[in-house]
Amino acid sequence: MTRKATGVFGLVALLLLMGVSLFVGVMNVSPKDLWHDPEAMRLMGISRLPRTLAAVIAGASLAVTGTIMQMLVRNRFVEPSTAGTGQGAAAGILIATLFFPAVPLFAKMSLAAICALISSFGFLAIVRRLPPTQPLLVPLVGMIYGGILGAGVVFVAYQADLLQYIDIWMNGEFSGVLKGRYELIWVAAAVAALSYLVADQFAIVGMGRVASISLGLNYRQVITIGLVAISIVTALTVVTVGMIPFVGLVVPNITSRLLGDNLRRTLPITALLGAVLVLASDILGRVLRYPFEIPVGTVFGVIGAVVFLWLLYARPGHAR
Amino acid sequence: MIRISDLSYHHGRTQVLDQVSLTIPKGGITALVGANGAGKSTLLSLIARLTPLQTGSIHVGDLDVSRCPSDMLARNLSILPQNTEVAPRLTVRELVSFGRYPYHKGQPTSEDHTKIDAALQDFDLTPLADRVLDTLSGGQKQRAYVAMTYAQDTDYILLDEPLNNLDIAASRSLMQTLRHLSQEKGRTIVVVMHDLNYACAYADHLVALSNGKIRAEGHPSQVVTNGFLSSVFSTDAHVHHVDQVPVILV
Ligand SMILES: Nc1ncnc2c1ncn2[C@@H]1O[C@H](COP(=O)(O)OP(=O)(O)O)[C@@H](O)[C@H]1O
Ligand SMILES: [Mg+2]
Repeated sequence: MTRKATGVFGLVALLLLMGVSLFVGVMNVSPKDLWHDPEAMRLMGISRLPRTLAAVIAGASLAVTGTIMQMLVRNRFVEPSTAGTGQGAAAGILIATLFFPAVPLFAKMSLAAICALISSFGFLAIVRRLPPTQPLLVPLVGMIYGGILGAGVVFVAYQADLLQYIDIWMNGEFSGVLKGRYELIWVAAAVAALSYLVADQFAIVGMGRVASISLGLNYRQVITIGLVAISIVTALTVVTVGMIPFVGLVVPNITSRLLGDNLRRTLPITALLGAVLVLASDILGRVLRYPFEIPVGTVFGVIGAVVFLWLLYARPGHAR
Repeated sequence: MIRISDLSYHHGRTQVLDQVSLTIPKGGITALVGANGAGKSTLLSLIARLTPLQTGSIHVGDLDVSRCPSDMLARNLSILPQNTEVAPRLTVRELVSFGRYPYHKGQPTSEDHTKIDAALQDFDLTPLADRVLDTLSGGQKQRAYVAMTYAQDTDYILLDEPLNNLDIAASRSLMQTLRHLSQEKGRTIVVVMHDLNYACAYADHLVALSNGKIRAEGHPSQVVTNGFLSSVFSTDAHVHHVDQVPVILV
């Protein structure tokens, strides 16, 4: 499939899914009701629309930051939510909740982003020391690193009797998304959109330090910008809807296999694909065990794995 | 002109370059030769600032390599490193387009596209333009990397063993392109190469390095002699001459 065809197909799928998402849920609302039932309209505005938008934004921006991280680390098998960034963000909110419970949400969010940034730098520092001939060590070390940080967060939360929060932060869910309580995620959307402006720089950094310097790039600066973008998006996602694992891992790999790694061309498609897959997972989660909900992360894990395996065994599609 | 003075470089305890002072003339092809491990790649990376300077100074034209901004350096000097391994999945055209990055900074203009097409054309890559790098042979890939460096369109071009993996036709064609660039456009080209026959046939200037020191310098027909082969390369091969050009039969 060409990039254009993928783009059009993805956009149509996204619009359809968004339409479906508005009318699927515990409360039955049909498009007809909107005309004469003010309650139905209210439900739309307070819950369904925010939920739909949150899923689209989270899917798109997690996919974009996954791509950026894979370029910075030069490894296809890492993503922020398993390699320490997500756990760092959770640690940040935990610290804020424990020590500065009175500060506004924005301040907590900033602390989460800062902690996410520190832990991402930590991961990068560890990766630098790994032998380049062993690329599979990178995701393994990432998981161990993220696991240790995560365990620390859980331990402290357990001691402080805050375990239920950890669950909300680490296991993403859109059922709690309500008007007035999710809007910070628009900042994540803005950050992901802005990172498109430096797409070429991330692509070049993915070609390595030597290529970056010889093309006149400030290598360290690009890495810092990338990590900051990743950390902000991750922290915002953790705070507003919770972490959704695998989006940042699977979606960039799908795009890469279909269309390659020229980010200036592919990053919008990655965002679109992330939005489509996360929204589809959320809708499925709502209908599969109706009236109960399955968390989006669980559904995405299955869908993502199936799509990814299919692509792995299908012939690579990028050009010829 | 590239001016190198008192350049020394250590890797831990190993002295890789030892008080190298060298002037590479402007225009023309300079061949940099020497045994494996002589320090050739280190010298090129220092000139291109891929490796930070330890002691000594390097000037490329008017630019002081230790000071000038990186994007300015990238518009004046390009380098093809010895080990080019690009992990991202890119087509040949996409790779070559990145050579224009120092100019377009993410938004290629029609001039950039013209230069990209010209680079593809000059290295016989037009039929391969939409192929992904992983699907190419070693030589085809090497040509794509050289084309990327070429698209960077700089006055100074450093190439570290560009003939790697190239068959005889591609090697001659590359050297002829380089000669054309140096003669018609006044580019200064420094090429690390192992095949002295190519060096003798195409280079205007030859610099021999061994154990981090310059051992010989000058026009290839004067430098390449039996004594040179034994002192720099410790081999007893014989130099013959065809039309006054030194030729080494192996
Ligand atoms: N990263 C490194 N660490 C230690 N020694 C190195 C490193 N890179 C190169 N060297 C040493 O520096 C010397 C010169 O290497 P190099 O410039 O690559 O040689 P050439 O390109 O002439 O074959 C060699 O002795 C090599 O072993
Ligand atoms: Mg070398």
